[in-house]
Amino acid sequence: MILYAAIFAFGCFALAILMNLWKVLFADAIADRILALDTMFINAIALMVLYGIALGTGIYFEAAMIVAMLGFVSTVAYARFILRGNIIE
Amino acid sequence: MSLFLIAALPFLGALFPALLIRAGRNAAAASAGFTTFLAFVGLLLNAPAVLRGEVIQARLDWLPGLGLNTNFFLDGLGLLFAGLILGIGLLIILYARFYLSREDPMGQFYTYLLLFQGAMVGIVLSDNILLLLVFWELTSLSSFLLIGYWKHLPEGRQGARMALAVTGSGGLAMIAGMLILGHIVGSYDLTVILQHKEMIQASPLYLPALILILIGAFTKSAQFPFHFWLPHAMAAPTPVSAYLHSATMVKAGLFLMARMWPVLAGTPEWFYIVATTGLITMVLGAVIALFKDDLKALLAFSTVSHLGLITMLLGFGTKIAAVAAVFHIINHATFKAALFMSAGIIDHETHTRDIKRLGGLRFLMPITFTIALIACLSMAGLPPFNGFLSKEMMLEEAFHTSWMGSPYFIPGLAVFAALFSAAYSFRYIVHVFLGPKRHDYPAHPHDPGTGLWLAPAFLVFLVIAIGIGSNHIVGPLVSVAAGAVIGGELPYFSLKLWHGFTPALWMSLAAVTGGLLLLWLHPRLSKMWNAAPRPEAKVIFDSLLGTLTRASRGVTDALHNGSITRYSAIMVAFTIAISLYAYQSGVASEATRAVQQAGALPVIGWICLVSATGFIVLNHRNRLLALVLIGVVGLIVSLSFNYLSAPDLALTQISVEVVTIILMLLALNFLPKETPVESPLAIRARDAVIAIVAGTGVGGLIYALMTRDFSAPSISEFHLANSYKGGGGTNVVNVILVDFRGYDTFGEIIVLGIAALVIYALTEAILGSKVRAYLLNRKPDSPQDGDPHPLMMVVATRVMMPLALMVAAYIFFRGHNLPGGGFIAGLIAAIAMLMQYMASGFSWAAERQKVYYHGIIGSGVLIAAATGMGAWLAGQPFLTSAFGYLHWAPLEEFEWATAALFDLGVFLAVVGAVMLTLESLARLAWQPGMNSEHAMDINPARDDAAKLKEEV
Repeated sequence: MILYAAIFAFGCFALAILMNLWKVLFADAIADRILALDTMFINAIALMVLYGIALGTGIYFEAAMIVAMLGFVSTVAYARFILRGNIIE
Repeated sequence: MSLFLIAALPFLGALFPALLIRAGRNAAAASAGFTTFLAFVGLLLNAPAVLRGEVIQARLDWLPGLGLNTNFFLDGLGLLFAGLILGIGLLIILYARFYLSREDPMGQFYTYLLLFQGAMVGIVLSDNILLLLVFWELTSLSSFLLIGYWKHLPEGRQGARMALAVTGSGGLAMIAGMLILGHIVGSYDLTVILQHKEMIQASPLYLPALILILIGAFTKSAQFPFHFWLPHAMAAPTPVSAYLHSATMVKAGLFLMARMWPVLAGTPEWFYIVATTGLITMVLGAVIALFKDDLKALLAFSTVSHLGLITMLLGFGTKIAAVAAVFHIINHATFKAALFMSAGIIDHETHTRDIKRLGGLRFLMPITFTIALIACLSMAGLPPFNGFLSKEMMLEEAFHTSWMGSPYFIPGLAVFAALFSAAYSFRYIVHVFLGPKRHDYPAHPHDPGTGLWLAPAFLVFLVIAIGIGSNHIVGPLVSVAAGAVIGGELPYFSLKLWHGFTPALWMSLAAVTGGLLLLWLHPRLSKMWNAAPRPEAKVIFDSLLGTLTRASRGVTDALHNGSITRYSAIMVAFTIAISLYAYQSGVASEATRAVQQAGALPVIGWICLVSATGFIVLNHRNRLLALVLIGVVGLIVSLSFNYLSAPDLALTQISVEVVTIILMLLALNFLPKETPVESPLAIRARDAVIAIVAGTGVGGLIYALMTRDFSAPSISEFHLANSYKGGGGTNVVNVILVDFRGYDTFGEIIVLGIAALVIYALTEAILGSKVRAYLLNRKPDSPQDGDPHPLMMVVATRVMMPLALMVAAYIFFRGHNLPGGGFIAGLIAAIAMLMQYMASGFSWAAERQKVYYHGIIGSGVLIAAATGMGAWLAGQPFLTSAFGYLHWAPLEEFEWATAALFDLGVFLAVVGAVMLTLESLARLAWQPGMNSEHAMDINPARDDAAKLKEEV
């Protein structure tokens, strides 16, 4: 049963990633693209965890955790760059 | 004393003068003299055994795989040359102490001199031709430093460069020749090579090897047509000229010919190349020397002539000629060094070396006059001095040698050269010392202090002593040295003044009489000589060098014009061409692996990768957008690593991505936000074609690789099987990094650390230059919005800090058995710290960072090294790891491994390197006014009134 749920979830998050990609590629403002990329990171976390669930292994957990913990840092860096130009003041 | 020590002493001693010069010039000179003296004594201790006919050897394998061994041996020839080098070296050290003035950096001089001396001793003691080549090149380099010692003189610099160019390129030819020789014999050991005369002379490679080796020897010993560098090297201080150009460096070529004599000589090729070159050089040098007005130039060309004489004798290929050559090497060293020193004294006291401005010095400088007189008469070949003896032997040999069937050619030219030789020797005496006293010397001449004339006086004492008592004083030495050259039975010879009315005596008489006549005719001949057109070597050399420089610069500029587009285009096009050739000439095996079906998830990943990459290509001029798109690529690559069961790589990729983006954004701050269009459409079209072809090629290659099995079995199986058994870890990737390939990792963290330090150093250099003012006053490219240190971000990052460090520790400790390890943990810790820099500001973070990043890098490398060396204590090779299990009461049983300590080193090096790099870049952006005493920008309790008031 959990497998079907996982497959359904895979479909949803994969679709989400494709939509994020669309926004990254075709958004009007650079800020929108950055936000889309950040969302893409979040969807990637979900995909990794799901993949672990589907295979019944915990080996991908750390990767997901690190994306969750550090993925936002690059978003912050992009944002600081747009706002301030200099990311370490 | 061990031969190793004798060869090493001058190099070790070279350290002292440079340091001891702070204790005064006497201390520097004494230290140089002491080490030379020690080496000389060490050599003399070995002399009795060598004189008995023994060969002393010292062997040490250095790189046996390459045939390069630190083998030394001392036979008669080596003893003679090492004795000359060290003995005259001692005299030169004494002389130079009083010759150099207060303004000259004397410590430097003695250091160069000892380096040179060590290199020379190395040459003459080497028992391995590759080792000999190393020392050979060292003499070229150290003589460059010595000749160019007076850096402020353009002639000195040019002369040094010319000497280096000529002898250096000759050395290059000699390397090739020696390698061929070693290839013929199958050994690079000199003592082995010297046993294989027939094998070498029968080889078809004999002639190329001979010519290449001779080019090396001829350039070093200033033989025609390479003789021109020696006179220009006279711009050096006189002690250098006396040392390099009478006794040592120029004799290195002769030494080599003498050393190789047993295996190379005796063939017609040897005779015609060596003897003819020597003959031409002897005549040419003698003729030019007569017409030189500069004392040192006269001596330089006379040296060229005498070197030619010795070369010719070696070229004759007969045993008795080799004896004469060895004897003349000794004699020439004694009288020529004395003459150079006397020229130096005259220059020192009268402030000129121009013969036309000198004369009548015999009353003013009686001691110098005596020294010069004896040395000159010896050089002219008059009895009872030593020059007479060897010149007689030379003439005797020349008389018996016919050239291309003509019995008169060589004797005639030999007498001709001897005649000029006598003439210029007499000229040195007559035009400098005799004649009336003058009143227009540039300085008032008088004899120098004892220190200056002692060394040449000792040498002329030898000149007389050898001349009168040659059989007793140098007879045994000449015998063993000549025996070593000949490598067999020594012919009968007697070193004495009177041999009866031999042809040589008549030739000698003719030469001396003719010499006096020539001197009488000199004023008239000199006018004719100066009016006659003749090629100027320096002009030819300079234009040749200029042409070569222009040509190489042309090639370099065509390939490397500073545009990375062109480098890439050339490199990629070249690679395509080679690959195309390989593809057409090679065969590809049939595909053995079936193509697999792609699932839905990989296809989506593929769509993301391809479309993001395509968009980067389309939008690459908008740099920020390209960076955002790179973020997509990085994310998908990390996901693919996960999907393809490489969680280690995924972890690394994710953390590297973050650091890379931060690094790029820091750099982009200083760069234009748009890449301007610089090249015309045609070039861009050309580049596009190259890129598409190369990309398609790489894609095809990867496809071909993935549809086939490897031709050789992969080493993965070994690692999988041995990871736990040998390295004590179940995470194979980590065990490879810290154990199987620990040495690579060790090298890599060192490189990483060096790279970070270089970036730091560059930053320091930029901040120390004029650019600093520009950086401090730089205006942002676009208006700035928002707060520099927003509250939300500061709070979030501070909360994150301990969590992230905890995760780093977790990843670090699990690394040996599960995905993780020091490298990833280091990146995570570095990002955790970077967050503080970004949120709370550079000043705030730097203030709280108490340990320098340099130290962190260094301690990381040291810990890794110490862990590796710990294995030595257990008698194991460097970086052998150990592991075991511990059980401490409240804890569960856990594993320990020394590899974890090594990994700690990796961790620290990574943290330090990443932080130092990014901090350096961030420092460039620092501007006044960024320092805030408040960590956050929004703080209701803040009272800024005082500060505002102050700023207004």
